[in-house]
Amino acid sequence: MSYSTSGRIALNNQREAKISRFRTWVLLAVPLAAIFFQVYVPQFFHYLSYLELPLLVVVYFALMRRSQIHGLLIGALVGLAQDSLLGTKNPLGMFGIVKTLVGYFAASVSVRFDVDNALVRLFLAFFFFVFHQFFYWVMARALLGQQLGFDLQQTLLIGLLNALVGVSLFHFLDKLRETA
Amino acid sequence: METFLNRYRNLTVLLLVIFAQLVLLAVQVKNDQDVRMIRIWTVTAVTPAARVVEWLRGGSIGFVRDYITLHDTHDQNRRLQAEVDRLKLENIFLKNELNTADRAKALGVFQEHTPSKTLAANVIGLGAGANAKVVFVDRGSVSGVQRGMAVVTPDGIVGKVTAAYPTASEVQLITDSDFAAGVISQKNQVRGTLKGQGSPVCKVDYVPLGDKVAVGDWFYTSGDDRIFPRGFPVGIVKSVRDGQPFQEIYLEPSFLQRGLEDVLIITEGVHQAIPDQAVANQPVYIAPPPPGADQPSAQPTPGTEADKLRAEYKAMGEAQKHTYGEGPPGTKPPDFTKMGVPGNVPQAATPSGPGSSPSPPAQIAPQPAGAVPPVKPPQAKPPVTGSAPPPSTASSNPSTTAPLVGQPPPQPAGAKPLSVKPAPSKPVPPDTPVADRPRE
Repeated sequence: MSYSTSGRIALNNQREAKISRFRTWVLLAVPLAAIFFQVYVPQFFHYLSYLELPLLVVVYFALMRRSQIHGLLIGALVGLAQDSLLGTKNPLGMFGIVKTLVGYFAASVSVRFDVDNALVRLFLAFFFFVFHQFFYWVMARALLGQQLGFDLQQTLLIGLLNALVGVSLFHFLDKLRETA
Repeated sequence: METFLNRYRNLTVLLLVIFAQLVLLAVQVKNDQDVRMIRIWTVTAVTPAARVVEWLRGGSIGFVRDYITLHDTHDQNRRLQAEVDRLKLENIFLKNELNTADRAKALGVFQEHTPSKTLAANVIGLGAGANAKVVFVDRGSVSGVQRGMAVVTPDGIVGKVTAAYPTASEVQLITDSDFAAGVISQKNQVRGTLKGQGSPVCKVDYVPLGDKVAVGDWFYTSGDDRIFPRGFPVGIVKSVRDGQPFQEIYLEPSFLQRGLEDVLIITEGVHQAIPDQAVANQPVYIAPPPPGADQPSAQPTPGTEADKLRAEYKAMGEAQKHTYGEGPPGTKPPDFTKMGVPGNVPQAATPSGPGSSPSPPAQIAPQPAGAVPPVKPPQAKPPVTGSAPPPSTASSNPSTTAPLVGQPPPQPAGAKPLSVKPAPSKPVPPDTPVADRPRE
């Protein structure tokens, strides 16, 4: 396990924040695999459609890169790709905007917290999932006039499940980091 | 300004990216136009991988099934042997179902028999969202798929192509809340508009309150929408209730019954008639006739009581060299008093007994469909009075019928014989037994 053993959650200063680097193929393949998973796997296991792997991947890369610009760009690209596969009746940009914000804020948080800590990761994955779902709901109502339902209890529950999966996924993705 | 931008570089980039996407969104919403290029990139990037994984999945499942799990075969065989007896009876019916349950075969048969030109496709992915009601299929514009084409299965309609990419197409399912199609009920030809609800149940809208639609009715495509050709099954009505100003009819799409893996894209639609019969889940298998069934049977077929009685009368007439229906009125009838006496009735009068004469007891001439084969009463019978019933050919008790005919009651002097006019025959199905037919 490469989790932080110091027990600290907040960093004393920004110099303590280590920037993780990834190979280019990892930056391309992992988001693509996450999108592919969401398109392909739920046709065999429908309950897995609640798993927002693209969001978790955006959160992870934004946290680990600790760069707001990198975070928001990854978020925008993954979001637009997800929009593209949502069906032509859904205009491009909805997931794009939401995931852009998630990427930006996740990167902003990462410079203040020890994102190698499992508890911090769990909380951040949960928080950004709820933020993602809520902000998408707000935008769908405000920009598109869609009357979508927002079940807070269900969102919190699915957010918790996503967070648990996210911690395991982050641990796996840690192995793909470039070693200095 | 430059210093300001440098200082707030991250925020500036964020605002720019958000702004760009908002503009993208606004352009699409305002012009109702899709930004096709981005979608093509994404679909082209994702669907080949889906195709490869699907191929690997199919191959690996076959490998695991055929080779890896062979160590279970012995136990499986023993278990299956024990189940064979129980399954034998069930198997007669299930064999037919299992045969046709083979999707590819069913799809091929359907493709062969439907007059529309179709293109087989596999579902390779779902829409990227928990509530998405779209699927992606592995046929695209390269294969001739175009936007707006109908997608069906042998069970019923599935949806329509909403976007055709080079190697894949996006299909909007009929359960999508934005889906609509013209439908017509099978029973009373009630027209309506099928609407998706975002759930596994669809609604048939715009059906006036007076129109008769009942639970269990089938709906078919009406062809009015110019997408689906007329005559494809849509679903079965699950609930009907009065609403304002139209009826609220909910139906279960028939394509959901067996899942969705293989579909047909209709490239050239041909309208069909709405079938009269309800759609059966499976075609019924009719076994070939037993050997020699097409040849006439050498054994006399057991007849009804009426047939036996008729044969007795006929044999009695032949024994006394009397031909029924000949001779002027007043001709002496055969002596029917000997009917009950043993030895006087020829063997031919007992057609159904074992070892009986091969002479058929009641030869009914072939009749045109729907006509009743006339069972002729003896025409040379003595005149009967109005109080005496005519001899009934359907009577099951010869001992009471024979004396009545053979011994006419004393006729009063000067009484005219009544002519018995046969009632007009009603059409009866030709396979109805003689005893069940209306009496003449």
